[in-house]
Amino acid sequence: MPDILTAIWEALPFMLSGAWVNAVLIVGAMLVGLMLGVPLAVGQVYGCKPVRRVVQIYVWAFRGVPILVQLYLFYFGILAWASSIPWLGWAHLESPFLAAVLVLGLTSAAYQSQIFRGAILSLPAGQFKAARALGMSDATAITTIILPQALRLSIPGWSNEYSILLKDSALAFSVGVMEVMARTRAVASTTHQPLPLSILAGIIFFALTWVGVKALLALEKKVRIPGYSH
Amino acid sequence: MNDSDIILKVEGLSKAFGNKPVLQDATFTQRRGTLKVLVGPSGGGKSTLLQCINYLIPPDQGRVWLDGRQINPKSRRELSAYRQEVGMIFQDFNLFDHLNALENVRIALLKVKGMAKAAATERAMAELARVGLAGKADLYPAQLSGGQKQRVSIARALAMDPKVLLLDEPTSALDPELIGEVLTVIKDLAQAGITMIMATHQISFSASLADEFLFMEKGRIVEHGSPAELLGKDCCSRTQAFCAKLSELAGDAGQ
Repeated sequence: MPDILTAIWEALPFMLSGAWVNAVLIVGAMLVGLMLGVPLAVGQVYGCKPVRRVVQIYVWAFRGVPILVQLYLFYFGILAWASSIPWLGWAHLESPFLAAVLVLGLTSAAYQSQIFRGAILSLPAGQFKAARALGMSDATAITTIILPQALRLSIPGWSNEYSILLKDSALAFSVGVMEVMARTRAVASTTHQPLPLSILAGIIFFALTWVGVKALLALEKKVRIPGYSH
Repeated sequence: MNDSDIILKVEGLSKAFGNKPVLQDATFTQRRGTLKVLVGPSGGGKSTLLQCINYLIPPDQGRVWLDGRQINPKSRRELSAYRQEVGMIFQDFNLFDHLNALENVRIALLKVKGMAKAAATERAMAELARVGLAGKADLYPAQLSGGQKQRVSIARALAMDPKVLLLDEPTSALDPELIGEVLTVIKDLAQAGITMIMATHQISFSASLADEFLFMEKGRIVEHGSPAELLGKDCCSRTQAFCAKLSELAGDAGQ
């Protein structure tokens, strides 16, 4: 028993810096997903037919292909190829971390776009109508009237997406990102104590989920529109 | 009638949803500073006509002139400029739910007219004061009563200095005891010489202010004339029959 505790104690700093890797990974991926998911949702709701078609194909592709497969495709395929292009050499594209942020972010964009789309569609049609009646262009109406409301409504779905994506981020170890799972395996292979380390990994993921979900709940409360009782 | 007196001219506006015509050949002219009232049964085309006038519903056919200029709805810029000059009041208010009363009135001044924030705030406050809501500027739509919401939406439209105000059953979604405060504001506007077209079931209220009634049924303007002509004692107009039924149902003619 003391052996186990010592193993955990000694591995703790190493494991916790892995938690930091997961945290940065997930924040990056959520932001990529947000920046891409919002225009995808707007395109799917308000776009012309070809735009809607493109968004649909995107969403199908990224929801349909497992993240593990995508990681291999991006790391060993697209990024390896891109980094062989001479004038892109400065960018150091052959990075497992970059591959993981991109794959998780692009996948999350597909899911997030559907969260935002649902939120946009749940707004009363009169909001857009009133904006147009005041002479607003569609772009102004979307950015000043529709999205501020839709994004508020998206926070609960977003917090769900965060907790799912966080656990998907463990897959990044498959291309060599030194996140919590990769470190668990590395330590376990030298200490031969996989069980306590797996428990520790579980606790770390749980804590990251808890912090993120609580933070988003606080955000939801902070931006709540006064007068609504829920 | 002097031509320069005419602020709005509508010619042959028609709209069909699928095979079903909902508006057929609506034609009228309106003089500055007058109130035109659309009456008739629900589904008669009143709301469609109002929304076709500012192209919120694009009409299949027909033309509109504002202040002598024909509107080209294909030009987005022109359409936006036109809509700024034609205010719209909706039955269910359509206030922007994430903005407080002041921000609701101010948003288009900032984002459409490009006014500076201080000037826009001042103007918005003046309009809120005009509808008696200066003290409610900080409240959000969900914190306001229906009557207050509708008054904010009137202030929002007035802030744009519209040449014409379109009102689509402005009191129909209100509890009876809240109708009066909105009608008072509308009366003030009529007396201040704001040009308005209003769809309503408040017959006796509008009869005292309107210069013309248009009776709409099945998408057509079937009768038009001054309230006195259409509602006179020995008149047997379709309008009068409809209005008599309305007041019978309401149990009072004197809203």
